Amino acid sequence: MIPLPPTAPPGVACADALACDVACFPTSGAYLDLVRAWRDDGFEICVDLCGVDYLGHPGRVLPEGVVATRFEVVVNLLSVSSRRRVRVRVQAGDREPRVHSLFDLYPGTEAMEREAFDLFGILFDGHPDLTRILMPEDWEGHPLRKDYAVGRVPVQFKEAPGPR
Amino acid sequence: MSDVTHETTVRVAERVERLTAETSEGPQGLRERRSTGPDELGREVGAVLRGTGITLDPRDVDVERHDDETMIINMGPAHPATHGVLRLMLELDGEYVLRTKPVIGYLHTGMEKTGETLSYVQGATNVTRMDYLSPISNELGYCTAVETLLGVELPERAIWIRMMMAELNRMASHLVWMATNGMDLGSTSMMIYGFRERELILAFFEKTTGLRMNNNYVRPGGVAADLPDGWEDDVTVICDTILERTDEYDELLTGQPIFRGRMEGVAPISAEEAMALGVTGPILRSTGVAWDLRRTMPYLAYDQVDFDVIVGTYGDNFDRFAVRLNEIRESVRIVRQCVERMPGGDYRAQDAKVTPPPRARIDESMEALIHHFKLFTEGFQVPVGEAYTAIESPRGELGCYLVSDGGPHPFRMHVRAPSFANLQAVPLMMRGGMVSDAITVISSIDPILGEVDR
Repeated sequence: MIPLPPTAPPGVACADALACDVACFPTSGAYLDLVRAWRDDGFEICVDLCGVDYLGHPGRVLPEGVVATRFEVVVNLLSVSSRRRVRVRVQAGDREPRVHSLFDLYPGTEAMEREAFDLFGILFDGHPDLTRILMPEDWEGHPLRKDYAVGRVPVQFKEAPGPR
Repeated sequence: MSDVTHETTVRVAERVERLTAETSEGPQGLRERRSTGPDELGREVGAVLRGTGITLDPRDVDVERHDDETMIINMGPAHPATHGVLRLMLELDGEYVLRTKPVIGYLHTGMEKTGETLSYVQGATNVTRMDYLSPISNELGYCTAVETLLGVELPERAIWIRMMMAELNRMASHLVWMATNGMDLGSTSMMIYGFRERELILAFFEKTTGLRMNNNYVRPGGVAADLPDGWEDDVTVICDTILERTDEYDELLTGQPIFRGRMEGVAPISAEEAMALGVTGPILRSTGVAWDLRRTMPYLAYDQVDFDVIVGTYGDNFDRFAVRLNEIRESVRIVRQCVERMPGGDYRAQDAKVTPPPRARIDESMEALIHHFKLFTEGFQVPVGEAYTAIESPRGELGCYLVSDGGPHPFRMHVRAPSFANLQAVPLMMRGGMVSDAITVISSIDPILGEVDR
């Protein structure tokens, strides 16, 4: 586990993580400041940003003081200069998940945030063009949510039970 | 007479309107200038890259232009030069590209959702179809994540087999890239040659894995089968042939004046821009950043083999070509070392939790049969947790973020596809170039749409 950068907002919970130097769990208010602090600390690339819907999960391990919500946004940062990886996991909310966009810090998150919006319905404040990216524009619902059923193609043998 | 002309005009106009409505992507597409704000315009031309030393220059945004001076045209999704079903909306001023917007999603098949209904063993079958030119890399990325969660130790032989297959796959992938790149620039002979050489590797894959593509060879805990008898000779022949032919293609293309003219200085990108956009792989290396996960964050046994990380200088099309061409040679070097130093032993971890019992045991032991049956119907359970692991695919950092709920299926499987991120550099690279350069830009980014859309 590596220490938080000096400019990081106070009170951010941290934990060890697999295949990664540290995992931070900021509140949605401290999220942007924390990522900015990491960027100023030499994390040049935001390699990945994705959403997770924890509906129906038996319980994830979170450090003390972090209130688990249904949706989580996971950001993986990479430092080319110091060869480190950092994961930032922010609890995005239950009903209307919403976090701040990282577009101003890392323009490369533009498509990734659009993908998280498209597939999970997570809203990103300050994103310049929050539209669907993979699904058609008139699609209803957000397919990667856990309460969105897997579709089924009708088969010739009607009596046969469908997959799952 | 004029009535007829009028009627025809109306009919043509209706048809255009209908076609526009049918093919419109709504807000996902590129909007006309009059309905785009200056900020948005700045973003679309890539002027918002606020890395160190890069600021928004209002003169670059050319806000004073009007719609009647420019034209928005479509390229794709079925254009042969877009390497798949990529749709690019280009705003042109004559022959020059002002704005570009890639529209993706035509090949979206919900593989991440599918991955949640498949067991961990079946998962490799799913991810192998993402980047269809380097299936081994996909499987490797996914299996590394599963093994990180499981904490399984791999036997030495499995590690070296994986490394050799991944490097062979990188050669095949780069050869197809050289082939398609050649064809995009009018060198149809390169097209034929590239695919011919790739066939050598695919034939070896077929011999080893049973399939030419979508191999499902790398599995959690090892690989699906041991290398076939006489594999050393096959691989040595592949290495000799490809190394020799790579020199020929080098000669064919590198010194060719037309090829150089169309590649040199076209669509440059700086290291800061590339990193701000999340671009990795040969495109990042072409800007001079020696970032190759095989060297900088070694996985498998890459820290034990000798190879060079190829970097460029200018980050233009020609550098991207040169990086990929020389990476084929480096891959040959790694594969040769794999042949020399391939350790003996088991090709999969003998961990009863993830590995089925040997075929011979099933005939004589009821427990082995039950175990085999349970493993392939129910699958194995993975401890609760999250892991993000990354490997260097031929296109860049291929990451896999897995969330497990302790059951036999991944709770969430997310693949960080390198092409998806690299594609964001298109508007920046295209800007100010000509339409004919657009073709070379797409080609030099080397997007695989199966991976972009997943």
